[in-house]
Amino acid sequence: MAPALAWLTALMMVPCALVLALAFFRRGIYGGIEYTFTLENFGLVLDPLYAGIFLNSARIAGTATLIAVVIGYAAAYAIAAAPRRWQPVFLFFAVLPFWSNYLIRTYAWIVLLNREGLITQLLRWFGYTGEPPSMLYTEGAVIAGLVYNYLPFVILACYAPLSRLNPELAEASRDLGASAMTTFRRVILPLTVPGIAAGAVFVFVLSIGNFVTPALLGGGRFQMIGNLVYDQFLTANDWPFGAALAMALIAIMLLVLMAQALAADRAAGRIAEAKADG
Amino acid sequence: MTATTLRHRSLKTSSIALGLAMALSAPAAAADLVISNWDGYMAPDAMAAFKAATGVSGEVVVHATNEEIMGKLVASGGKGYDVVFVSSPFAEVLNKLGLIETIDHAKVPNLANLYPEAANLSHDVGNKFSVPYTWGTTGLCYRSDLVKTEPASWNDLLAPSDALKGKTTMLATDRWLLAAGQLAKGYSVNETDPAKLAEVKDLLISAKKTLLAYDDTTFYSKLVSGEALMVQAWDGWCNYGIAENPQIKYTIPKEGSDLWVDTMVVMKASANKDAAFQFINFMLDAKNHAWAAQNIDYKVPNKPAMESLPADFLAKFPNMAMPVAELVKFEQLRDVGDAQRDYSKIVSEIKAAQ
Repeated sequence: MAPALAWLTALMMVPCALVLALAFFRRGIYGGIEYTFTLENFGLVLDPLYAGIFLNSARIAGTATLIAVVIGYAAAYAIAAAPRRWQPVFLFFAVLPFWSNYLIRTYAWIVLLNREGLITQLLRWFGYTGEPPSMLYTEGAVIAGLVYNYLPFVILACYAPLSRLNPELAEASRDLGASAMTTFRRVILPLTVPGIAAGAVFVFVLSIGNFVTPALLGGGRFQMIGNLVYDQFLTANDWPFGAALAMALIAIMLLVLMAQALAADRAAGRIAEAKADG
Repeated sequence: MTATTLRHRSLKTSSIALGLAMALSAPAAAADLVISNWDGYMAPDAMAAFKAATGVSGEVVVHATNEEIMGKLVASGGKGYDVVFVSSPFAEVLNKLGLIETIDHAKVPNLANLYPEAANLSHDVGNKFSVPYTWGTTGLCYRSDLVKTEPASWNDLLAPSDALKGKTTMLATDRWLLAAGQLAKGYSVNETDPAKLAEVKDLLISAKKTLLAYDDTTFYSKLVSGEALMVQAWDGWCNYGIAENPQIKYTIPKEGSDLWVDTMVVMKASANKDAAFQFINFMLDAKNHAWAAQNIDYKVPNKPAMESLPADFLAKFPNMAMPVAELVKFEQLRDVGDAQRDYSKIVSEIKAAQ
């Protein structure tokens, strides 16, 4: 316990406390920090502009999460339904992209989507001569990048409960006259909620704080909260405000994680019930 | 210029490889001088040549952005660095913070090589605390083969013709992004009046709707590939595009440009100021400064260096031949102090606008 606690204190709590402390000071006129106490940075976070950016980030992250969960769950379901000996192979391919760098994978999307990119060239090869569609530097491109990058988390998180699911539960449901759809909706889905929640939280938390994907695939035209924090630290030299924004972001993430823990607890109760019944 | 960007991504790989080889073969320990510069912003063998000429050894560390080196200098009080390359508004701030040393002109005789205009820059008249290294303009870089009429105004970028919609980019760094709007409106590039800034903001929000992207680092390659047809660009970076495709041209809109200046400063905390001045003097040597002009494609404020540039080089990059008298007509970006927070907020509003 002690080493873990020391680790947490040194690498997690102390840095967070330092950032939190920073948020209570003023920006010096030349970009340094003036050590006078103020709450104005937190007031500024609530400014409609910045609150709007928070909401917009949550919307983009939420959309990415929804899409990733649908695709990821379907993929996990298919893997779990595949013959046992093939499952590790499929899982291996699902996580294979993690072997290369996040930035490189994101640049690959630029190569694909840009107006003179591979998709356009492919269209031309098929004889398309019109104006190429604008795909890069759109909100769709940002969401695609987020979904693509975080999808493996959902697949892994959903695969775990799906593969452990006792097939007799589904059989029993069918024997008792439930349709395949009802079986899925009333039996399988509720028992795999913890996996879905864990995967969804991964995608949401990583997406809402992301700044690389909106910068590269959004062409700087979509400001997410991560970009705003980055700008405060690295271009505006307004560390106190950047710290206040970062703290607000951490607070949101904590709320989401707590909601997930709650959902997982309740689902664990359901699973225990199902086991007791079985 | 390039306050927040990585410089010279395009610099020939050979020089990078050479730099790497040098870094590996010459351990950093026990150098007399520590110099911080953007990557690839001076000759890869500059330190070896400097040592051969003076016997003083130096180590070069790189910073990617002005803000990055500012953070380090403010945090350490400038300790650990002797000579630092920064853009002029940042030199101004360092001076106001008392972190940089007065330039001892007696120890930098090559200051005589500078154009008289370069000794009279508004951020530091008389080169009291900074020595200009490169200077230039921010204008429009475009594909002359694909853009029908030569752009003449910032409004050609901010309210482009239908054929250009979705095919333009603007710089993402706040000061230059705002400068495009400020110049289009006929305001100073250091304007701080909130009402005027609000007009600039509205103009730039409407421009955003026709923009492909905000781009500080790859705009010239977007021109080369044809993804973009007209971009807001620093002259030196437009030259990287011109080098790859001669159909790319650079023009300064009729409303003008800012005058950006990158400078060398000596830290007050330096323990080796004489050697630091020696280094600056070395960089101002006509031959060494000409290397910079010819290899990083930026104008340098050094008269004999500029006069030594070959005619075919100037023909290839016409903006390198811009007369100094025209260049210094433009207003420099200055430190705007407290208004910087308004600037960042406006830029956030522009970038968050749908």
